[in-house]
Amino acid sequence: MSPTATPVRRQLATPPVPASPFPYNSGSLLSVLDLSLDGLSQLLARATALENQDPLLRDRILAKRRVALLFYESSTRTRTSFELAAKGLGADTTLVSSLSSSIEKGESLKDTGLTLRALGTEAIILRHNSSGAPWLLEESTHLPVLNAGDGMHEHPTQALLDLRTILAHLRAGTGEVNAGTLAGVTVAIVGDILHSRVARSNMLLLPRLGARVLLCGPKELLPEQAAQMGPGIAIERDFDAALGQSQVIMMLRIQAERLAGLQLDLEDYKANYQLTGQRLAAHAPQALVLHPGPIIRGMEVTAGVADGPQSAILEQVRNGVAIRMAVVERALAADRQGGRA
Amino acid sequence: MTALAICGGRLVDPAAGVDTAKDILLRDGRVAEIVSPGKLKLNNGAGDIETLDAAGLIVAPGLIDMHVHLREPGQGYKETIATGTAAAAAGGFTAVAAMPNTTPVNDAPEITRWMQEPERGAVVRVFPIAAATRGSKGEAVNDYAALKSAGAVAVSDDGKPILKDSVMRETLVAAARAGLSVIQHAEDTRMTQGGSMNLGPAAFRLGLRGMPPEAESQIVERDIRLVADLHDPRAHLHVAHTSTATALAAVRQARRNGLRVTCEVAPHHFLLTEEHVGFYNTHAKMCPPLRSAADRDAMIEALLDGVVDAIATDHAPHATHEKEVEFENAPNGITGLETALGLALRWLHKEWKMPLGRVLSLLSAQPAALLGLKARGTLAVGSIADVVIFDPDAEWTFDARQSKSKSRNTPFDGWTMQGKVRWTVSEGRIVYSDRG
Repeated sequence: MSPTATPVRRQLATPPVPASPFPYNSGSLLSVLDLSLDGLSQLLARATALENQDPLLRDRILAKRRVALLFYESSTRTRTSFELAAKGLGADTTLVSSLSSSIEKGESLKDTGLTLRALGTEAIILRHNSSGAPWLLEESTHLPVLNAGDGMHEHPTQALLDLRTILAHLRAGTGEVNAGTLAGVTVAIVGDILHSRVARSNMLLLPRLGARVLLCGPKELLPEQAAQMGPGIAIERDFDAALGQSQVIMMLRIQAERLAGLQLDLEDYKANYQLTGQRLAAHAPQALVLHPGPIIRGMEVTAGVADGPQSAILEQVRNGVAIRMAVVERALAADRQGGRA
Repeated sequence: MTALAICGGRLVDPAAGVDTAKDILLRDGRVAEIVSPGKLKLNNGAGDIETLDAAGLIVAPGLIDMHVHLREPGQGYKETIATGTAAAAAGGFTAVAAMPNTTPVNDAPEITRWMQEPERGAVVRVFPIAAATRGSKGEAVNDYAALKSAGAVAVSDDGKPILKDSVMRETLVAAARAGLSVIQHAEDTRMTQGGSMNLGPAAFRLGLRGMPPEAESQIVERDIRLVADLHDPRAHLHVAHTSTATALAAVRQARRNGLRVTCEVAPHHFLLTEEHVGFYNTHAKMCPPLRSAADRDAMIEALLDGVVDAIATDHAPHATHEKEVEFENAPNGITGLETALGLALRWLHKEWKMPLGRVLSLLSAQPAALLGLKARGTLAVGSIADVVIFDPDAEWTFDARQSKSKSRNTPFDGWTMQGKVRWTVSEGRIVYSDRG
């Protein structure tokens, strides 16, 4: 007995979904969707300008402004580059991590945020293991909140630095970006899409510039719903076929810490989805290879590919500092000047 | 005050087939007389008679919510029986059935009796629903005869399912023998572990783990098979807070097959979808979760075509600090007692054209019948004097801060409601009034 749903006969008005009140603070960067294309162009331009500026002049921009790094998860790249970015603009930074603070004693995210605000913090950079935590923190403090990765949800600055890397290689000399800047470019995102905040931010960002995003991975790590996340997203489960269509290949780590009991045959996974030199040469000899890190060599990519001529992995890391300088500057500028996009 | 006259109103009593102008006299906690307007003789008896002017108002049987969490014993910081029933009265409810997931679990006659003691300060009638299994752990079936004589009106492990086939079968058998219905929280928890909203595109977009609709429908289908196999006409399965089209279809089919299978739907499941989670609004987090638009539309359809037996709120208060946390860490549940009538009239009646009598029946006569409550859910002469008197045309805005509940966790704060409760009368006593 398998009853089927009765078809709905009536077309009825239903309660609308209320408009989002977020962001409360125009300096916040919770999602890549918080940036208009104009705002994105400005941000990319500022990243370049700040990167090229004399460090001794640059550190007056946010001299003695207070920025907190609130980290509930371990991080190397994101934390260090945010910290270097904020310090590079002259801001005072303080690091609060869940393992050496009152968070261990059970203080809530809201109370932690209010405490930081009371200490004079003007912006909070948050890395959190729960999806949506930056929204809660922003609603609680109304401070500019910079999402440095929330659970499986978003990692907007990673997508921005990925975009900067892609533009440098495929669209060198581009000034302002628009809805056609990446027309004709296919970006394959490969691997553990389900648990990846990097994938989600890129899926929301790159199609806005005209790129096509091709998701590739096994069913367990790439549910069909992923293609409904937004426009310009498709699924191609065959890795070689995906490689053959792509100018950019973004490899993702299997997030063992988020698998939650999911059983995965790693040997099988490597056979189907590991990016090897051979595969790259056969199907995408010109493509740019990206990886948000941390890399697990010998799992999703071979050491040869990670260190090879098509890899821009360390360039991504370098771009992180420039992008984050622009994002931190925007956060505090908005606060003072009453909202810059 | 031993007598109360309600004059000038329009009496809508669907169970009695009445929808006409009548004056009503309540005396000693019962409906004493129903007469044509102006025909009550107000000066011929002993004692004072208070008169309520119900001109322009609807007079109806007090509403009955067969699914609430009053949090006592044990969680008085969220709600007490006194505050929960005050919220009920403000919403036009004169009876509520309280789920047993308290601390301790209501799995013993002394707890069932404790909940009904006058010291609890209930302003409307509380009917305890006892735990189906010891500690609601889904293992050992409780003594239903003893719980029933202590006042339990049904059994349920609500908040959790009765998962094991053998235990559910035994529960259905024992409850049938005791003359109680089994209210199932249909959720296969093996499929929902770690989930905090409906499995679907919205959960993927928000990076939240999902609870598949099959986790509900497969338990409902399993339970229906168990009822069918019993071949006992006394066996009554009631599906709590139905949220999926597939589960409703299973109930519909079971009824066609002549089984005693009933279901309730909560206002949030016939009004909202997973999109109302917005950006991690914990006031849109409950179990079962808000589902897809297709599921929501199926709830409306089933309400309109009569498959749904009752509207029940699943009133589930939580303290503010418990909800102001990361979405996946927030407890499930929203309050509902003060918004059910206003939402049902605004949407079911006004927007979707369900006749007023049917809306009221889903909120009174039908839940009374499902729980076997005698002389409630109707205002026929001799029945218990539980009455709601409301202005059907009044539009108003719900302000959660004004709630009589201890908690504020509602997604309907600021929503426009239709139909304002002016008086709630519980067993002949005015327990709520608002002449605003």
